[in-house]
Amino acid sequence: MLAHAIFFYTFSFIAIVSAIMVTVSKNTVHSVFFLILDFISISCLFIMIGAEFLGMIMLIVYVGAVAVLFLFVVMMLNVAQQKNQWFSAQESSKHIPIGLIVSVIIFFELIIVIGGWKYKPDLVSAMSLTIDKNITNTHSIGYVLYTDYIHVFQLSGMILLVAMIGAIVLTFRQRSGVKRQSYFSQISRERSDGVELIDVENNKGVKSDD
Amino acid sequence: MLRTIKELNLMISIGLGHYLTLAAIIFTIGIVGLFLNRKNIIVILMSIELILLAVNINLVSFSIFLNDISGQIFTLFILTVAAAEAAIGLAIIVVYYRNSSTIDVEKIDSLKG
Repeated sequence: MLAHAIFFYTFSFIAIVSAIMVTVSKNTVHSVFFLILDFISISCLFIMIGAEFLGMIMLIVYVGAVAVLFLFVVMMLNVAQQKNQWFSAQESSKHIPIGLIVSVIIFFELIIVIGGWKYKPDLVSAMSLTIDKNITNTHSIGYVLYTDYIHVFQLSGMILLVAMIGAIVLTFRQRSGVKRQSYFSQISRERSDGVELIDVENNKGVKSDD
Repeated sequence: MLRTIKELNLMISIGLGHYLTLAAIIFTIGIVGLFLNRKNIIVILMSIELILLAVNINLVSFSIFLNDISGQIFTLFILTVAAAEAAIGLAIIVVYYRNSSTIDVEKIDSLKG
């Protein structure tokens, strides 16, 4: 119990501090690094409370794919040198106090909801997808994901496909003046295009530029 | 004395409320980053990722403490949508940077909104 508490407070402290650093950091590359730290500590929390599969998937998807994608774009766009001047607009605008007020109100609303939250006991017993303690977390997710949620699962695959095609179509650029191999014309070339048979008369030969 | 022991016990025994509070704090940090950032649109995208992460914490902790697996399933789907959103958003940023050579939030005003 005590170890659980110590680990929870450690990981959540790291997560909160790195989330703050993501938003206030002047350098965008540092923000991406703190985002990675945030994802790692949250996935440690997930593993700690018993959602091991999701913790590992968070590591793979967020740290391995999304954060690296962010880093790649930041380095490609050369905005690392553009200092991220937080709070400092060129002309003074009223967005800071209003944004802070709205954020504080949202936070207190969430805290009020958490403090007053109670669930009915029969609401839980109505659910059928209870966690079986005898099989692992990955097993139990797999049993449900490929049976009850199979259509949603296929649909999420479609979402990923559409996102992939969209990203490729958006960033694809046809450059002019670049010499390329044309596979189609290479493969569809036939013998009649390249070779010509000529009857050569005696003592006359063939002119090469005929 | 009894009250402090009770409070200490509440501090040590980590329940659902602790995780929900952590999620609320991270959600609010993401909202603040979304509202107050005026320079860099990539940081805005990262704030959106933080918000989605807070939602994931909520779903997973409810799933564990209510002993119901479907919260973790929905977290998987949110993960999918977050990855797709990040890919599309970054592609749009790359195209915009190629066209106008800036991604400064204050200078993106061609829609005059």
